[in-house]
Amino acid sequence: MAASKPIVPNFGSESTDRKMAIICSKGNLDMAYPGLILGNAALGEGVEVHLFFTFWGFDMIHKKRQKKLKFSPVGNFAMHLPIGGIRMPQWLAWIPGMQPFATWYLQHEITKLQVPRVPDFLDQISASGGHLWGCKMSADMGKLTMEDLRDDVEGIITAADFIEMTDGAQVLFI
Amino acid sequence: MPTQDMLGREVHVDDEGFLTEYDEWDEKLGAELAKNIGIEMTEEHWKVIAFLRNDYKDQGTTATTRRVDFIGGFPVKLQFQLFPAKPAKKMAYIAGLPKPAGCV
Repeated sequence: MAASKPIVPNFGSESTDRKMAIICSKGNLDMAYPGLILGNAALGEGVEVHLFFTFWGFDMIHKKRQKKLKFSPVGNFAMHLPIGGIRMPQWLAWIPGMQPFATWYLQHEITKLQVPRVPDFLDQISASGGHLWGCKMSADMGKLTMEDLRDDVEGIITAADFIEMTDGAQVLFI
Repeated sequence: MPTQDMLGREVHVDDEGFLTEYDEWDEKLGAELAKNIGIEMTEEHWKVIAFLRNDYKDQGTTATTRRVDFIGGFPVKLQFQLFPAKPAKKMAYIAGLPKPAGCV
């Protein structure tokens, strides 16, 4: 067989023009993950990533609160019981102790997949070159400053700053 | 599956050029694969590749960047330095393994 040029995967150039901005607006444990997973995946593909934390999502970058995100099956009709896969009735979602149990269980399942907890996940994102930003209005509302936030948060910015910064970016709202 | 000639031997690859046969790989081939994508291998690079090869042997799947950090002990930051922009895929390619299938 004549030597032909080997097939080499196309990894693109080291810097792409692609830029992504992910708005994280939810502070429940289950809703903290989508933005982190997508942001992390985008970084692994050489994309410039900005995560903007606003409203309830602000808890994700709050030094103390980020460790204590909670999950509740209340109002979640897609919640199935771990055994038999049957839908959890809403009266059961309300019983005392359900929220801590559901939080523990969800975190347990996520950890089983070797997916890090929220603070560790943000460590990884920031080590991969991701940019973290806090929302000015959320900070003002909660009377929070940079002191309250993770050290790798680059700044507290306004909505207009965000729009300016994400010129040409693909924006995801979560 | 196509095969292609590399360093005078026939190796099995997928449509993108990732090796498909674990045992067809050796360090010489690894260095050649690295060259294909513009990476010059150093001792540090080889350590990471060795971890990926061993881990694949145990697990049957390619380690993700998270696993290479958490289990292998090579910080994500270092992975990005050694295998710029797309560490997971580049590491897998050089190690002669399939692309990692995990999300994180």
